Amino acid sequence: MATVSFTPNLERHVECPTRTIEGDSVRAVLEAVFAANPRLRGYVLDDQGALRRHMIVFVDGQQIEDRDRLSDPVRPASEVYVMQALSGG
Amino acid sequence: MSQLVISTRKGLFVAEPGGEGYRVARAAFIGDNVTLALADPRGGWYAALDHGHFGVKLHRSDDRGETWTEIATPAYPKQAEGEVDRTAAGHEIKWVTTRIWALAPAPDRDGALWCGTLPGGLFRSEDRGASWSLVESLWRNPARKQWFGGGGDQPGMHSICVDPRDPRTVAVAVSCGGIWRTRDGGATWENTAKGMRAAYMPPERAYDPDIQDPHSLVQCRAAPHVWWSQHHNGIFRSTDDMATWTELAQAGPSTFGFPVAVDPEDPDTAWFVPAQKDEQRVPVGGRLVVTRTRDGGATFETLSQGLPDRFAFDLVFRHALALDTAGGRTDLAFGSTTGNVFASRDRGQSWSVVSHHLPPVHAVTFAG
Repeated sequence: MATVSFTPNLERHVECPTRTIEGDSVRAVLEAVFAANPRLRGYVLDDQGALRRHMIVFVDGQQIEDRDRLSDPVRPASEVYVMQALSGG
Repeated sequence: MSQLVISTRKGLFVAEPGGEGYRVARAAFIGDNVTLALADPRGGWYAALDHGHFGVKLHRSDDRGETWTEIATPAYPKQAEGEVDRTAAGHEIKWVTTRIWALAPAPDRDGALWCGTLPGGLFRSEDRGASWSLVESLWRNPARKQWFGGGGDQPGMHSICVDPRDPRTVAVAVSCGGIWRTRDGGATWENTAKGMRAAYMPPERAYDPDIQDPHSLVQCRAAPHVWWSQHHNGIFRSTDDMATWTELAQAGPSTFGFPVAVDPEDPDTAWFVPAQKDEQRVPVGGRLVVTRTRDGGATFETLSQGLPDRFAFDLVFRHALALDTAGGRTDLAFGSTTGNVFASRDRGQSWSVVSHHLPPVHAVTFAG
């Protein structure tokens, strides 16, 4: 089970506790989180389902490369962090 | 008397009437960028937020701003795999709502709303914002490819005027994409910016209606064939229901600015907040004034009583001048980029301070 954590700054707007969840890609683990917490989706992904412009996702310390499809692999013991990019202010 | 709802870079503020003016009484969304608010006369207040990293959101209050609930944000449909939407200038337009820039009641149906956005899409809700649909007829109009951003990367729809003669007749204004009107509830659209002039284009395109930059658009309620627009290149008026527009050459210190308000009972009376044109965008000579015409634009008065007369750098955005006729009198209010809000209870002749200390003001509106 991968662990998915969100920037604490997001907690002001929508509940987003750390979750452990099944999935072999960033898309799979995030969709699993959003299935239980639909309002969170729009804070992380845009209208097209891509990562918002000023958000970053790290998997085991590395930034993901596929911001549109979120196809970067996730291993069972992976740590996934959904963070704010400083480019956004 | 109405309340005054003020949208700012760091929260939403409600000013209550008292004495000869208004005083800020409460706040919501402290720290958040509130870009626009609508007080629907049928009930319900709406607040558009831009959370930056976390995107654009929309909230509704059913108790006049005491408590708020997040509702759906207008979202664009999914683009086809691999599809890239480009303007005629080659800029990519992603189908993502990046700002809510216009909100208006749709009076043809209880609870229905219109919403204008960046990058230029018009949306409609039938259920007080619980869900939204893109008006595809306008979004897929080939002329949209000619639109471009004004002061931003993307075109934006900022004005929505529902015709008092027929709620299925709606005009919208786009920076920079001209004015578009439907007479059938949004099924078909025609451009109604003929006569507007764009000095930022080469001469052969200056009168192209598809690329005009109306900064704001208003229609007179009692004489709906009369329209006013504060345009990037000056002040325009139409007295033939937008068959043609005529530019007004002179209006006090400057014809540049963003907002316009028209007297709902008198099509010849309109107010503007001028600024040094367009590469500076500060009050002319550091003196903050409001201009008013009472003769259809033939002459303008410069109104300054109660406003700062030197070293003022207030810029008033397109949604930040509001007019209210509740209670049988014409109140006006405006807010500025330096966080000043002023109100007038005598049709703009004199102004009193609502606050000198708010965050930069995006929008003001009256809630009756």
